Amino acid sequence: MVSLLQSTQRGLYCPVGDFYVDPRVAVNRAVVTHAHTDHARWGCRHYLAASPSEHLLRMRMNDDAEFEFMPYGESVTVGGVDVSFHPAGHMLGSAQVRLEYRGEVVVVTGDYKLGADPTCESWQPIPCHLLVTESTFGLPVYRWEPDEVTSGQINQWWRESRDAGLCCVLYGYAVGKSQRLLAGLDPSIGTIYTHGAVEKGNEAYRRTGVKLPETVFVGDLDRKHNFTGGMVVAVPSANGTPWLRRFGKVSTAMASGWMAVRGARRRRAVDRGFIVSDHVDWPSLLEAVRSCDPDTVWVTHGYTAAVARYLQENGRDAVAIDSRSRSESDEDRSQDSDDAPSEDGADDS
Amino acid sequence: MIRFADLYHALDSTTKTNVKIAAMAKYFESASSSDAAWATYFLCGNKLRRIVPTKLLRIWAAEEAGIPSWLFDESYHAVGDLAETLSLVVPPGDIKDDDSLAFWVNERLEPLRKMDEEAQRQHVVEIWNQTPAQLRFVVMKLITGAFRVGVSKRLVTRAIAQQSGVSADVVSHRLMGNWKPTPSFFESLVDPNVQDTLASQPYPFCLAHPINVEDGPQAIGDVCNYEAEWKWDGIRGQVIRRSGQTFIWSRGEELMENRWPEIESAAESLPDGTVLDGEILASQSDGTVLPFAQLQRRIGRKTVGKKLLTEVPVVFHAFDILECAAEDVREEPFAERRGRLEKLLSDCDHPHLRVTELISGMSWDELAKVREKSREMNAEGLMLKHKDATYDVGRVRGTWWKWKVKPFTIDAVLIYAQKGHGRRASLFTDYTFALWDGDQLVPFAKAYSGLDDQEIRKVDRFVRQNTHDTFGPVRSVTPKLVMELAFEGLQRSKRHKSGVATRFPRILRWRHDKQPEDANRLSELLEMLGDQE
Ligand SMILES: [Zn+2]
Ligand SMILES: [Zn+2]
Repeated sequence: MVSLLQSTQRGLYCPVGDFYVDPRVAVNRAVVTHAHTDHARWGCRHYLAASPSEHLLRMRMNDDAEFEFMPYGESVTVGGVDVSFHPAGHMLGSAQVRLEYRGEVVVVTGDYKLGADPTCESWQPIPCHLLVTESTFGLPVYRWEPDEVTSGQINQWWRESRDAGLCCVLYGYAVGKSQRLLAGLDPSIGTIYTHGAVEKGNEAYRRTGVKLPETVFVGDLDRKHNFTGGMVVAVPSANGTPWLRRFGKVSTAMASGWMAVRGARRRRAVDRGFIVSDHVDWPSLLEAVRSCDPDTVWVTHGYTAAVARYLQENGRDAVAIDSRSRSESDEDRSQDSDDAPSEDGADDS
Repeated sequence: MIRFADLYHALDSTTKTNVKIAAMAKYFESASSSDAAWATYFLCGNKLRRIVPTKLLRIWAAEEAGIPSWLFDESYHAVGDLAETLSLVVPPGDIKDDDSLAFWVNERLEPLRKMDEEAQRQHVVEIWNQTPAQLRFVVMKLITGAFRVGVSKRLVTRAIAQQSGVSADVVSHRLMGNWKPTPSFFESLVDPNVQDTLASQPYPFCLAHPINVEDGPQAIGDVCNYEAEWKWDGIRGQVIRRSGQTFIWSRGEELMENRWPEIESAAESLPDGTVLDGEILASQSDGTVLPFAQLQRRIGRKTVGKKLLTEVPVVFHAFDILECAAEDVREEPFAERRGRLEKLLSDCDHPHLRVTELISGMSWDELAKVREKSREMNAEGLMLKHKDATYDVGRVRGTWWKWKVKPFTIDAVLIYAQKGHGRRASLFTDYTFALWDGDQLVPFAKAYSGLDDQEIRKVDRFVRQNTHDTFGPVRSVTPKLVMELAFEGLQRSKRHKSGVATRFPRILRWRHDKQPEDANRLSELLEMLGDQE
């Protein structure tokens, strides 16, 4: 019997339906969990994804592709396999892909988190036989605070910096993280400015109907604009570049799950590090596995070996399908990835 | 304790000196004397002796977190710091009472030492249950004896001076030597009226600035304003003779007792109320200075045997006088102090107490020629001292200059790499370099510094992509990268495969223009050793 899903060099492959889920290379048929480019690979001929990711995917993928979008919870049959999308809580339009064929159910989480996020629908558990989970932050040192706590910290930093006559520069990944950060900012403190890449993401979010606070694109302002007291949301690769000069005296911060570790914080060379992640932390990864209660878990994307071994020792059938350790795989990831911890330009969540 | 933990994180998250000083001053402003004393103690770089074995902490933390020990190790590996791993792995606790820093140290941490393992465990777990991660990190740093924060003693001094109104010189002097972090110590530290009378107390050391080896000394002004001396390669020390007692301090403010008996007995011939600054050197009876390698045989020995005493006698080469006839003379010009020093030492005339020789009346060019002889003299180069300068505290520019000889340099191939510590825990930053011997590459030096952050990231990536073999933490990599190394000296060594050990090796630059086969040969390194011997 052929299994419903196979782990191959080119990514997760469903032989019955002849399609890939989050392929690693350009393929004919791609079912994608979300619009980050380490999941939605550029150059495929056909993309199938959840409806709320439509604007983002069309913006980021090749124009000559065919796109098909499904509302959350509705299923479509591809080569006899029922395919449906369910909220993953990672970013706008992010989905877990559920496959069902002759009573067997497989769920691919893509990137996901359990905590609340005002810019996307919340993750929900799906009972399944096989669960393919990410493990970007799959070590017990990673534990997130609730969203309100971190937004509170960021707003407090903004207020203090404003009172000290500084302009805040907050770095987050252009699509997903930045919009979540924006949604948590308190616009009564001052004006919110955006970097070009972030503003492009905002457009797609707004067109999809997500409410974001009012933002001013830095590129629309004249060179002498005074930014004191403002908040600039920018991509991390802008740190340390001449682009920052126009903001005058600044306080810089990075928002990322990697900021939980002091060494990573210091390497970033920013004034502050806020622990804001769009991935599952250790406790919620375990909770997710418990509530989906699969017979088998495939662990991918991150601390795969550690998570698989821990699950095995706790009586669940688990394998690491992406055997390279995370530090080895960092640099192989796309610069646009949301998961790489230390490379410049590549950011995580 | 929350305020102290906040201070730690404030200091840790900035590189700006003024922000650091302001954060410390703010802390001292509203700290009790007992807290301020402990804070001063820790900020100056002192640590508690390790209170609980780290092995036990690791076991308990894994148990509390409900994880197996291999997963704790895996986490530790990812984080790179034990106290931090302990603070992150155990689920966060809730603060019950915010006890003071002094209470924590005296009542919660120190008593742990005397408890049995079970009681220790109970208390440590209680601490975990009552601390969120940030606060716990600082407590764990104290418990593991690894507390360190990025401020120098000089910055602490400035912060205390700024906050208390006592001058930085006075604070700095009072912070010298051994003291206990008691409330009364801190009160006298910031007391504007107290007389400083402690017999053993040294003065802060005057430090020299380097002269750029390529540019030479012309930029510092007219040669007539300076005196030159050899820059000896020994141990900088302060010899104090007060109240019929002798104290010898190292520059690291360590009181060196019974280590240099020759100098201690020589100091008995000094009048009371004398403080000399100079260099401890291994030296023959005729005054010839021996190589540092000889002195090294006596370093690190708490007591010295007869054999070693005869083989490696030491001499104190005094080059300055800070206190004369119980009077602080640091404000006098160098030339005047030098006069006092010469007179004093010719009066006491002891073979183990010499005045360092002045090299006078030369032009810069002539001095440059003299400097070329440094290695023969077992010196590191020349010192240039402004004749009118007072004995400065801290790092005032323009009074003392060190004009070192050019370092040895050699092109070597990177063959092993290892991850760094602390800030660089997840990057490959510690390298081993090799030279050619026939068609073999023989490792000869380890170097940790010299590359900028961007280059470090490039090497890190190279290592990950070109690993051949892994021996524990060490990766062997394809021999491809060539770097120019600089080092101060060489000595024969049986422990090294290459047969030589280098002193202070560092990376001068990455030779992108060279292929591995262009690197130097081991025989070329050995020739340098010949030059030196
Ligand atoms: Zn993602
Ligand atoms: Zn991802």
